[in-house]
Amino acid sequence: MSTPTVELGDPARSLAAFEYWLRAYRRTWRSSAVTAFVMPVLFLGAFGLGLGSLVDAEGQGIGGVPYLEFVAPGILAASAMQSAFSESTWPILSSKKMNGHYFAQAGSPLTVPDIVSGQLLFILFRLSLGAVAFTVVGALFGAFASPWVALAVPIAVLTGLAHVTPLLAFSITRDSDAAFPMLIRFVMVPLYLFAGTFFPVSQLPAVVEFLAWLTPLWHGTQLCRDIATGDAPVLAPLGHVAYLVAWVVGGYVLAVRSYRKVLHA
Amino acid sequence: MSVTYRVAAALGEFRGAGAVVARNGRAARHGYAVVLSGIFEPVFYLLSIGVGIGAVVGGVTYGGSRVSYAEFVAPALLAASAMNGAVADSTFNVFWKLKYARVYDGMLATPLRPRAVAAGEIAWALLRGAGYATAFLLVLLVAGYVRSWWAVLAVPAATLIGLAFAGAGMAATTFMRSWQDFDLVNLVVFPLLLLSTTFYPLSTYPAAFGVLVQLTPLYHGVELERALVLGTADASLIVHVLYLLALGAAGLLLAGRRLERLLLS
Repeated sequence: MSTPTVELGDPARSLAAFEYWLRAYRRTWRSSAVTAFVMPVLFLGAFGLGLGSLVDAEGQGIGGVPYLEFVAPGILAASAMQSAFSESTWPILSSKKMNGHYFAQAGSPLTVPDIVSGQLLFILFRLSLGAVAFTVVGALFGAFASPWVALAVPIAVLTGLAHVTPLLAFSITRDSDAAFPMLIRFVMVPLYLFAGTFFPVSQLPAVVEFLAWLTPLWHGTQLCRDIATGDAPVLAPLGHVAYLVAWVVGGYVLAVRSYRKVLHA
Repeated sequence: MSVTYRVAAALGEFRGAGAVVARNGRAARHGYAVVLSGIFEPVFYLLSIGVGIGAVVGGVTYGGSRVSYAEFVAPALLAASAMNGAVADSTFNVFWKLKYARVYDGMLATPLRPRAVAAGEIAWALLRGAGYATAFLLVLLVAGYVRSWWAVLAVPAATLIGLAFAGAGMAATTFMRSWQDFDLVNLVVFPLLLLSTTFYPLSTYPAAFGVLVQLTPLYHGVELERALVLGTADASLIVHVLYLLALGAAGLLLAGRRLERLLLS
């Protein structure tokens, strides 16, 4: 086994691969744009305002923060995680099995790192659109106490990417979609529900709380929340970011390795 | 004579629906892990909401008495998972079989008629749904969230909710052109899930919006399950039952007519 190295794609060729996905996206962007704006409105309305009125009536929100302001940054990070799952599972499999886009790319001057980087750039683009849409809608709802929330957008995207690269490494090895529903049910949904989006993980039993700390989503959620509520401590953010970057880079190395096995088999 | 003949002929259209159910049962054996795992989803939601959000919300006043938040949400999750299951089965699965797997073309090459195919598909979805509902009700019983003997009707009620949404879902599917159109399904199902008094009582909504909520189908399903499990059943349940029956019947009639045109033309 070779020592893991980070093989980045050549910038120009990776951009060419990215452009390919972008052109394909021109056919379907409308429905995803509607979803990108409607979903946050629903979420913030239902959880922030509806459930929030129950939470805030009982006491002083969560730790003095009104529930809407508590939950909005959490949903920002969690939505990026959710998009990461939907963009890096079925679409990857169909580019491999159904329409053979990857094999076409492999037959061009693109190298494997170019192909992975191009795919990653496109997903990065999709996650950014989602995070920006959510933040704009959230700001209109008055869900963010601090204008620093703009900084939470790249953090949410980074949180999404921490899930994307390991998922790419996994999805490209699949020959059917049988594993994906299980992945959604036993990884994505529990992350969504227990990694600090809707309530502080300190309310969980100690063992589960410890597991939650290991998830990249918890680090992303904490950081987004600290930034959006406007009281970010100085040192912890670096730790959170470093942890998220480690997932992105580790996953990327694995993804290049998996793609190479499949495309050069 | 002619009336008897017509009734017999109409019923004859459904002959063989049982064979469709049996076929789906056999096909499911290849993916039984996915089928079985369906029970975990509402349980995850219940744990997250009961342990986590419940702790910050406290309790809710429902039907004149104070119930814990988990008790309030649990019956609603039963209704919501009946809806989700029925919609997934009658949209994604049916579309896949209709357009790609061409399962129905095969079936219609036998003596089966389109109405028998539609009835068999729906009966199978309802059987699965009843299985999930039974398992989830047992979880609620063990957790101590069941307050009344009326709860024995919770599974038939979940089946009725399934019928209503399977009918509507199947009718909608016959109008779909491509996978992109399924974004619209999510755009309908997701707001229903969030807004049908699932997570907070009707009194939380502004008055005019509350009226709108009462017109939606899942609201009737949620109220039905909640009244049965929490033991606040009264004559008003008939309204909920009639609403769901009417929706199911209308959906099925439309779906049958459309399938006939799509498959036998």
